[in-house]
Amino acid sequence: MEMNSDIVTAAGEAVLTLEKIGKTFRVGGRTVRALKDVSLRVQAGTVTGLVGPDGAGKTTLMRLVCGLLLPDEGKLRVLGLDVLREPLKVQEALRYMPQRFGLYEDLTVQENLDLYADLQGVAPSDRQGHYGELMLMTGLGPFSGRLAGALSGGMKQKLGLACTLVAPPRLLLLDEPTVGVDPVSRRELWAIVYRLVKEAEMTVLLSTAYLDEAERCQEVILMHEGRVLGQGAPSDFSRRVEGRTFQASVPGLNKRRLQARLASAPGVTDAIVRREGVRLVLERPGTPDPVTLLPGEAQVEVRPVAPRFEDSFIALLRERGGSLPLPTMEVKREPSVTEGDEVILVENVKRRFGDFYAVKGISFSVRQGEVFGLLGANGAGKSTTFRMLCGLLPASEGKLRVAGRDLRTAAASARSRIGYMAQRFSLYADLSVRENLRFFSSAYGLYGKAQRDRIDWALQEFELGPMAESAGGNLPLGFKQRLALAAALMHAPEILFLDEPTSGVDPLARREFWHRIGALSEQGVTVLVTTHFMEEAEYCDRLVIMAQGEILAEGTPEETRARFRTPERPEPTMEDAFIALVEGRGGLESGS
Amino acid sequence: MRGATESGRGTTIRPMRLKGLMRKEVLQILRDPSSIGIAFLLPLVLLLIFGYGVSLDAEHVPLAVVVEQPTAQTADFTSGFALSAYFDPKGFSDIRSAEDALRKGEVDGIVWLRGDFSRKVLAGEDPDIGVFVNGVDANTSRIIEGYLQGVWSKWQAAASPDRAPYLPVELEQRVWFNPGLRSRDFLVPGLVAVIMTLIGALLTAMVIAREWERGTMESLLVTPVRVSEILLGKLIPYFLLGMGGLLFSVGMAVWLFAVPLRGSLWVLLAASALFLLTALGMGLLISTVARNQFVAGQVAIVATFLPAFILSGFIFDINSMPAPIQLLTRILPARYYVAILQTVFLAGNIWPVVLLDGLALLAMGTFFLVLVRRKTRKRLQ
Repeated sequence: MEMNSDIVTAAGEAVLTLEKIGKTFRVGGRTVRALKDVSLRVQAGTVTGLVGPDGAGKTTLMRLVCGLLLPDEGKLRVLGLDVLREPLKVQEALRYMPQRFGLYEDLTVQENLDLYADLQGVAPSDRQGHYGELMLMTGLGPFSGRLAGALSGGMKQKLGLACTLVAPPRLLLLDEPTVGVDPVSRRELWAIVYRLVKEAEMTVLLSTAYLDEAERCQEVILMHEGRVLGQGAPSDFSRRVEGRTFQASVPGLNKRRLQARLASAPGVTDAIVRREGVRLVLERPGTPDPVTLLPGEAQVEVRPVAPRFEDSFIALLRERGGSLPLPTMEVKREPSVTEGDEVILVENVKRRFGDFYAVKGISFSVRQGEVFGLLGANGAGKSTTFRMLCGLLPASEGKLRVAGRDLRTAAASARSRIGYMAQRFSLYADLSVRENLRFFSSAYGLYGKAQRDRIDWALQEFELGPMAESAGGNLPLGFKQRLALAAALMHAPEILFLDEPTSGVDPLARREFWHRIGALSEQGVTVLVTTHFMEEAEYCDRLVIMAQGEILAEGTPEETRARFRTPERPEPTMEDAFIALVEGRGGLESGS
Repeated sequence: MRGATESGRGTTIRPMRLKGLMRKEVLQILRDPSSIGIAFLLPLVLLLIFGYGVSLDAEHVPLAVVVEQPTAQTADFTSGFALSAYFDPKGFSDIRSAEDALRKGEVDGIVWLRGDFSRKVLAGEDPDIGVFVNGVDANTSRIIEGYLQGVWSKWQAAASPDRAPYLPVELEQRVWFNPGLRSRDFLVPGLVAVIMTLIGALLTAMVIAREWERGTMESLLVTPVRVSEILLGKLIPYFLLGMGGLLFSVGMAVWLFAVPLRGSLWVLLAASALFLLTALGMGLLISTVARNQFVAGQVAIVATFLPAFILSGFIFDINSMPAPIQLLTRILPARYYVAILQTVFLAGNIWPVVLLDGLALLAMGTFFLVLVRRKTRKRLQ
């Protein structure tokens, strides 16, 4: 590859400088200011994280850097070049992996690599050695003849990275490389990134919505609604909330209930369910008084904990006026008519597609009012299990009872008792919020006054009133999620199925969402949820971890974590537990 | 610093990049059943339908022949129908059952010879012949009517040469270029234009829209690839695919449907290449606006496929269209190509037609390709 001698940069120098960049889009008659007055610098040889919720402007910023978009105002220099004047030269020196990396799914792994090697001008003589390295690094070696479309999500992402890296760039841009990727693959991707920075002296700028990933970066740029809120090392951010972070627990009190009470307690900035209790961020440093925090509780245990990046992120957002009062919600439903305690019963259920078993004989039961989690990587059999429970797919073998009904014989009457929120919030983008609610309620047989009342209830409880007439497709993701949840609740179901309900949603909206789920469970609604966010599993009363169609572990979050306590790791996280479980079974890929 | 380039408009085409893009395209065509479907299966189906199924000729029309009193004269007259390739006569002895058959759609027309047919013929009078035609399909009924008159006057002349009507001018019909009046002979060449439009515009617009949909275009754009390489990487493979489709269609036309190819194959190929480039230009232009397959498909069908089907003169004669529509057809590349196709197949190398229409295609092709080059940017907006 030809090297551009005029763009060599020394370590520590800025490879990327943005000065007062502004970018505006017009979307359906509305003007969206995607970036406002953005100034930042990225140092050579670092891993810099671009962190922020959905709609913060991360993708727009990356596209500007690689010349795919033009800024409306401001100066932008990449590797010493002016992107506006010399986009091609910039594109020769940097690599960009878009959020949905466009792999050619009908080409094999090798053919995809060849194409990008051709496009990036890698000399044929250099290729073999380089491919070998990439294959080793990504573990794709055994799959080089497989069609890219037949790879798992994590493998696709690694192939995308390999294609991006066929000619090692000076600057690597990765847009949300770990979204939708299971924890094991995520960890591998991070290992690759750090190897590159160390061995190939690369500078990496990556965006992420996972706040725990921000701590793996050397430098973090925090973005929110098109503005840069701050830039610095993750520890710089954590230091801002030093002395303000605590872990609280009350023995015998349900931790979701505890969280709901603490979230609205005076002086509390943030409260989330973590481990056995609730993690608190206070408005001011200093040990909180248990009596003011939780009046009426005798055994409140509060101990200080080390601040994390997420704490300061939420604190920053709240201080910027993002402090939404957490909703209290009333479901307005008839008392449950299901007899017995176990509203979902799964006994030795199998599901076969051809001669492939997607689900290989699983058993579990869910009690009324429980929040039950289904965790697993892509292809673990979660979605198949979900579809069987909703009566959308018959089981090949085994017994399935939902709301006291056998799904084999009474699928329709079981279905009227369940609500289902599909992945990616399947709503009608062209219909307004009100029309969506009207459609979903009429689909469940509501009409006339009952229907109007229920729609009014949904608009009020989900705070969708001001947007009632906007089209579903134009809503911000957090609002789409609310609308999807409202739609699933129109017929006041006893059981709620949520498939990846928080995927891509920003941390504030996720907190609000779990708050609502807690309220639903308090009122007797049983909730089954799948999630990729391991820390969200802590909100569940019980959970199962699945891989390759089997259940690897079942129990409360505490029990599941405790199984993986070792001397080196006295306090394993849910993610540690998940990785240990899956790796104990020989990894995620079945190989070929 | 080397020469600054504005928005990815470098002019140096690197063979390695172009080769890589073309190889990718070829692999995709080979692996994607829908490209093969549009390029070969659809032409095959269209050719079979238009070659065998759709025919604007009336042949083997089921015809009821009512003979109330069979005699030597009636037998002589009706044998004329039996021998004709245009009719499949069925005998009836009374008009009522023949009318029933017409109503049920078993026959398309009735010829009614009354009981006094032989008496009148022998007496030298004009016998009355009743003729009923199913007028639902106006085109066919007009043709039946004409044929029937032909059969009648032929028989009359043969039966009594002395009574042949005296005509001062003898009309002798001669149909040029397609003496057999086989509609297949002009439908099949015209169909080639439709097929080339499908491959050039529809397929190309859809495959690029697919690249936008799947996010592969964004990944391509951030590589050092040039706009001209992206365009050529699409143009060349689909040009070759289109020419393959052309040879396939011409082969079927000549060998399966026995359509004469009177002009030179080279003229046909040259004109087709020009038209294909125009169609590709339109397809690429559509893909600069339509970034999902549904929209691209709709736009391509409305803007290229339907006009090529309806307004190109492939089925409907342009000269019998209303004047504004005739004017509209002048901006359709397919119109010029259909004219060349029908000329080269049925008449031969008629240079004034071929050159003039070829020039029109050249102008349009250049226009679309230049426009595409200007409109395509290495930007997302």
